Amino acid sequence: MTAELAMSQIEPTAEELAEGRRLRRRKRLTNLAIDVFLIAVSLLMLLPLVFLVANAFKTPAEMLSWPPTIIPRDPTIANFSAVLGETPLLRWIGNSIAFAVMSTVAIVATSAIAGYIFGKFRFGALNVLFALFLATAIVPFEVYMIPLYFEAKSLGILNSVWGLLLGYLVMSFGIFLIRQNVIHTIPDELLEAARIDGAGEFWIFLHIVLPLLRGALGALAVLAFFQAWTAFAWPMIVATTRTSYSIEVGLALFQTGFTVDLGRLSAASAVVLIPSILLFVVLRRNFVQGVASTGLKE
Amino acid sequence: MLKRKRFIFAILAILPTLAVFAYVRLYPIADTLRLSLFKWDILSKNKPFVGLANFRELMGDHLFLDALVNTTIIAFGVLFLTIPMALVIAALIFHRTRSQMSGFYETAVFIPHVVSLVPAAMAWKWIFDARLGPLNALLTFFGIPAQNWLFDPVLSVVCIIILCSWQALGYAVLIYLVGFKNLPVSLYEAAKLDGASGPQSFWHLSIPMLKPITLYVSVVTLVSGFNVYAQAFVLASDAQGAPGRQVRVLVLDMLENSFRNYRVGYAASEAVVLLVIVLVLTLIQFSMLRERGKA
Repeated sequence: MTAELAMSQIEPTAEELAEGRRLRRRKRLTNLAIDVFLIAVSLLMLLPLVFLVANAFKTPAEMLSWPPTIIPRDPTIANFSAVLGETPLLRWIGNSIAFAVMSTVAIVATSAIAGYIFGKFRFGALNVLFALFLATAIVPFEVYMIPLYFEAKSLGILNSVWGLLLGYLVMSFGIFLIRQNVIHTIPDELLEAARIDGAGEFWIFLHIVLPLLRGALGALAVLAFFQAWTAFAWPMIVATTRTSYSIEVGLALFQTGFTVDLGRLSAASAVVLIPSILLFVVLRRNFVQGVASTGLKE
Repeated sequence: MLKRKRFIFAILAILPTLAVFAYVRLYPIADTLRLSLFKWDILSKNKPFVGLANFRELMGDHLFLDALVNTTIIAFGVLFLTIPMALVIAALIFHRTRSQMSGFYETAVFIPHVVSLVPAAMAWKWIFDARLGPLNALLTFFGIPAQNWLFDPVLSVVCIIILCSWQALGYAVLIYLVGFKNLPVSLYEAAKLDGASGPQSFWHLSIPMLKPITLYVSVVTLVSGFNVYAQAFVLASDAQGAPGRQVRVLVLDMLENSFRNYRVGYAASEAVVLLVIVLVLTLIQFSMLRERGKA
């Protein structure tokens, strides 16, 4: 029996060869079917956005044609010039960029410092504080935004980028993410060695810790930027004058106007959409790393 | 001495962050809880304490109950649509990890999750549009009568569920992919030697082993579903100006009570209800995980 088995392993019969070919072909066919399915899913996911961009370049007549065209027959930029003439679209984009950049800087700075302290300094009082940070992480923004609005009001920063910023200065998850990174990537020995060489605590943070956290901070920065860029409910209540709108609020209110048609709406949307998609594709690795780590909380 | 110096550094370094955190998080959360027990209309100076009267009133408030039902339906609708699809799509992408296309699949599925909400909702508003939208054109092409998607009270909830699922899918797929990459390869090889087919090992191995991830993604999806606002705002406001307001959701009702009706205390009690829902969901997740740990 064993001898037979050994023989057959050395010298596959013609039937076995045919069987192997059949299996390989079946595997190839399965993979092909999976690829076809996944390509269909991918295209379906992207289709609404593709149509939106296409519609932005269409004339009102072509907008109504069936089936809808993906590449406009006679592309026009009339929609874009109309939107830019009617709305302070660039101002809104500027507001959103300023808001998102400042929020990113604030979140990265607070998370880097707090994450490092919580990760490497083991004092009882700090553990209590960390538990507090973590516990508030599950409270949705929508729950506490009304009292926050009255804080912004008493500071006199409603209808300004500073008002927008107030809601997005810290991120509990960011502190948690950096703390995990500090614990796993920065050995205590390194810090001790620097201390023995006479380095001050602040010098160590600036010259040893920060460079080692570059990857994690990059991922967090991308996450923070997109979080502010796509914020909706908070800008909606804090920025209520036409010149202080963020781009999301500006667009949402613009589309409720009386004279607005789909072409112009699509054009305004495309102006916002195209740069953020490009930015995402460029920063994809950072972003995926950041989002993926949100799932590793438990 | 050295330890004391380090302690002082730690406290000094954490202090600014802590101060900001207390001002923009802790205080507003505490204030929400406090305001929910008061009657306050912004304009008047006095804020009488009313105990649980706000919550009692909520229980009989048709607009609030309407919003609560809608929001719950949307949150669970998104959950039931997203999780099975995300699991299958992630399994297939993982199966094709080594192909050159896998990066494209991941990006394509994930893009709807990162693009700005309002422009994306605008795209769907056009798709659902009763007169101009391609969806109705497609339906009539197949002989199905056109529907008034965004104005019918039932269909407009369906539209919001579809839009939210389209956005939530990418996140769920991404987290599942991380889960698949962490599963032990040896187990699948053993299953294959025992003659298990691909779908069989997906059903009997992957699904049970990914249960903690499913639990996590489900809670995240549900919580963000309960916070739905922008999607309802864009889809339900009429392109001709007059806001349709067909779909009341919790956040919308809360903001209306606070900033249109000037009933801040009442709105705060709605926020507390939202908080309780989120806490219950999170507790369920933790207790189910712990049960699993014991078994």
